[in-house]
Amino acid sequence: MTTTLIPVGAPSITSRPVYAPLEPRPASQHLIIADGEGAEAVVALFGKANDRSAMLAAAQVLYTPGPNGTDQSAALEALGVAQLFRAPTIPALLPRLARVLSAAHMGTQFYLAGTEGLIGQAEREVMNTGFPHASVQKEHRGSTVRRVQCVHCKGITENVATDPFKCSHCGLNLFVRDHYSRRMAAFQGVNIDAEDPGQVPESVVRFK
Amino acid sequence: MSLDFKTGAFNDFFRDETFRGDFTYRNSNPRRFPFPFDRDDYMYSVNMEPHVPGRPGSVFEHIFDVDEHYVAEMKDRAKVLADDPLRCQSLPHMTLAGWDTLELVMEAKARDYPQWFSLTKDGNRWHWINRPLGIEQSFTFLDESTLPYGPFEYIMRQTQGDWTLQDERDGTLWMDAGIATSQADWSVDFDVGMNFHEWHAPVPLAHEKGVFDRALKFLLKLQHGAPVRRFNWTMTVNPLLDTAPETYPKWGPMKATLTPENLGQKQHLRVELQTLYRLPRSNAIAFDIRCYLASFDEIVTVPKWARRLHRVIRDLPEELATYKGFLRNRPAMVEWLAKHDDGAPTSPGWWPDD
Repeated sequence: MTTTLIPVGAPSITSRPVYAPLEPRPASQHLIIADGEGAEAVVALFGKANDRSAMLAAAQVLYTPGPNGTDQSAALEALGVAQLFRAPTIPALLPRLARVLSAAHMGTQFYLAGTEGLIGQAEREVMNTGFPHASVQKEHRGSTVRRVQCVHCKGITENVATDPFKCSHCGLNLFVRDHYSRRMAAFQGVNIDAEDPGQVPESVVRFK
Repeated sequence: MSLDFKTGAFNDFFRDETFRGDFTYRNSNPRRFPFPFDRDDYMYSVNMEPHVPGRPGSVFEHIFDVDEHYVAEMKDRAKVLADDPLRCQSLPHMTLAGWDTLELVMEAKARDYPQWFSLTKDGNRWHWINRPLGIEQSFTFLDESTLPYGPFEYIMRQTQGDWTLQDERDGTLWMDAGIATSQADWSVDFDVGMNFHEWHAPVPLAHEKGVFDRALKFLLKLQHGAPVRRFNWTMTVNPLLDTAPETYPKWGPMKATLTPENLGQKQHLRVELQTLYRLPRSNAIAFDIRCYLASFDEIVTVPKWARRLHRVIRDLPEELATYKGFLRNRPAMVEWLAKHDDGAPTSPGWWPDD
């Protein structure tokens, strides 16, 4: 299931990341990074390949379970890609990704699938290595929880589901602005009760 | 080497004033303020015009307006950067654009204000004098090792206004360098590296109106030597230059301190004179957001502005008042301004009538 990402109460945001279904592209190497339900997008990707066995032979998958605990690594194992790595968390996956990127050739195609937190952080690693933006495809699947940077203390709170929420570092009450930084791989959190301390609207679940 | 401000930098022209604490900022001549409303209502528009020298004595007289607040603003900027160096950032590929910017500012200031600034060149050996700030510097143009900071930060510590440098690629503009110490609630640290539509994401109404699509098309055609300008504006309680999101918990509470008695003195109209320049070597676009502040007391000394400000604020769509952060104080502002609006018609354009 693909989740649409129209944020509650903010129809005017046109600049948030756009996520389309992954499509196979000709390449000497396919690097696939996914978490949680993103595995389903990866399986669907190979289902669309003209030469499935050739794509599998040139594919490397890095996978980690989603923030909601979804672990579909068995489905990925069943695909039979040339290389599959399962990490327990995103932070544990990133050093492996950096190592793989250091050996990747120009012309590699990148496929990112899963939560926005995974997509954002993987994309940042890819961009930092100097690969062109156009070689990266992204498909959002599964949880819509957000990775949010507190603009005040700069601390990142992972897997934010409610708005407003309390910064896990400085404790300020933050609302989640529909403002996303690829460089930070995070949305922006801004103090909601600065002008009237203590007057915090009731927290609602906006991201699941 | 450093940019230590020497004592005696203030003279009869430059005001010794503060933008924090006791807030001693004032405008000696309010009529010089760039009042941004050329009619009695306001809605977003691209509203660009050529940035050409204008009326003598006005903020448009020169490409860069060096006014009575220059030295005090640079001292305030140095304090902000000491507290939070992330307010000035330049991604590695933007160094050449930084040199372009340094050249643009130094040449214009030395040409337009020879009493304060001097630039002499012997090939790539340059000698710069900034008398108001007490700075004298010999350096090699395009050699970073000869300056105490990178070229962008070096010249920004001597230049009023927040600036961003945009790299052009993939048919859009990327904000890959910037400094913000007098910004209206946006974060350099968060926005650096974003493209044109990404960094404008939080602005309401304008996307649907196609404002940003048109503005981007326009900017991509910007030519070297033909800068453009537009106004933007918001409201600030107290003459606070640094209204950064980072420090919002510190300055936000000031918005709750307005009373009918202190409103005229505390409530300031904050005007951004935005100018854009195509840079010659890097092909980047420099964006200067120059902030001017005037208290309501100062603005209503010009009768036309008093009438017009009342009508604009009274009739502004609620989304814009919310985005600009003054919805809570709008009723009090309108009530205060109404006393200075006799209902008489106003003449077109922003200049005072007399």
